[in-house]
Parts: sequence; structure tokens; C-alpha cells
Amino acid sequence: MNLRRDVFQAIADPTRRAILLLVASQSMTAGAIAANFDTARPTVSKHLHILTECELLEQQQNGREIYYHINAKSMKEVADFLEPFRQLWDDRFNKLEAIMKNYKQEN
Amino acid sequence: MLIRSKLPKCRTTEVAEIFKHNLTSMERKTKIHAEDGKQDLKITREFDLPLELLFKAYEEPNLVEQWMGTKVLKLENKKHGSYQFETTDPMGNKHGFNGAIHEFVPNQKITRTFEMENTRYPIQLEFLEFEKLTNDTSKLTIHIVYRSVVDRDQMLKLPFAQGINWAHNRLQDIVNNLK
Repeated sequence: MNLRRDVFQAIADPTRRAILLLVASQSMTAGAIAANFDTARPTVSKHLHILTECELLEQQQNGREIYYHINAKSMKEVADFLEPFRQLWDDRFNKLEAIMKNYKQEN
Repeated sequence: MLIRSKLPKCRTTEVAEIFKHNLTSMERKTKIHAEDGKQDLKITREFDLPLELLFKAYEEPNLVEQWMGTKVLKLENKKHGSYQFETTDPMGNKHGFNGAIHEFVPNQKITRTFEMENTRYPIQLEFLEFEKLTNDTSKLTIHIVYRSVVDRDQMLKLPFAQGINWAHNRLQDIVNNLK
């Protein structure tokens, strides 16, 4: 699945954006994260699941607790609004390069 | 709540720092140079292709169609010439693009305007420069001038905004399928 699209799906939700900002400052358990929201704990768990699935959050076992911490590598795409613009051109030019290499061999 | 009061304030600058670190360690073939408060930007890219082949990708309509993922309705590669492209998005909507060609010097440069039809985005001016690096490599520099700083920044944010829109549409599809 296209990672970039998944990242955008993750940040399309305001609660998930708030979770990301929260966890960005320090690793936290699901309980600590949920305490910051008025929504029910299972709802927060669902958001955490999506964020983990989209690789924006990573889980780390620490004793009996599971801590969530931010995956900066994936988050980079979201934070830098220039990146999707650059990525668009990069994809386009990669395609140009591949097509022309192929063209060279055929002609 | 106790836990909430203990939490440090989340600052976006901290988040930005994490990203900055990661950005510098990444290999970036295509570079975007956009200075704050200016109404232009530069896109540079080095290709693993001889100059002639790079230029041909911009010259031949069927090649343009392949790498741009667009239909080429018209492409007159000459001074006073013009071009017209048509793209179909994932939802099946058609989008028209067109422009006038002011300069066309094979293997050197193309100067043209660019207009997104039926949008509120003003027409932009593009200077494309093609350079030979070695026999097998070349470089393309695209200098784009926008009508205003605000217009440039809006265009820069467009792919980002589209990413979010597509995410919404995708979520909508999933919800609709559940019904």
C-alpha cells in the first residue's frame, strides 16, 4: 500500500493530529494519551491502532507497559508541506528517466 | 486531570526539529528551492540521461504523455506556439492545462506560460533550462514565476492539500461501502 496516502489518511482526523503532537514531545502509554481526551478509551485505542498501522507511531514494550513514540521518518512527510510538492516532481522525473532509458534501448 | 497537568506543552517547533534532522539525512534527487517571501521558485534535477534524451522527453508528444500521465491535445514546439494538455484524475474528472511557448531552443531551453483551466490560480511563467553534465548525464532547472507570493505558496501547498483531500475521499468511500 502507498505509505504516503496512508500517512495522509492518518492526519486527516483532528484527534489523530492531536495525538501525534502529544506523543511528539515524549513517549507515552495508551492510558496517558487517553487521559488527554474526552473521548472514550476504546476510541483513542482505535486512533492509536490506525496511527501505528500507518507507521506514524511505533510501540515499545517497557516492562509491563507499552509506550507509543513517534516515527519521525514517516512524520516528516506530513510536517513539511513542501515535501509532497517535491515528491510529486520527483515521481514525475523518475518516470521520465525510466521511460527515456527504455526509449534509448529501443531506438 | 492529574496526568494532563504533568504533561509538558507540545510545541510544533520540537516536531519540526525531528523532521529537519531526518530531511538532511535523506537522499533527494529532485530539489526545490523556494525562499520565504518570494514569488518564484526553482526545481532542479540531475538525470542519468544524455542531454538529447532529456530534451526529447519534453519535445515528443507521445513521450510527454507517458511521463506526465496526461493527454497531449496540442504541442507546437516553436516561438509563438502553444500547448494543451488534459489530465483525468482518479475520480474521472478532466482537468485542462495550456500555455503559450515563447522560446524553444532544442537541447537548451523552453520558455512558456502555464495555465490551469477553470481554476482560480493565476497563469505562471516557466523557464526551463537543459544542461549537459557528462555524455550520459544532464541537468534540468525549472524556474517558475508566480503572480504573487501568496499564489506561489498556494501552489506549493496544493499537493499537500490534495493528499488530505484524497484521504477524505478514501475515508468517504470506506464509509459508503459500510452502508
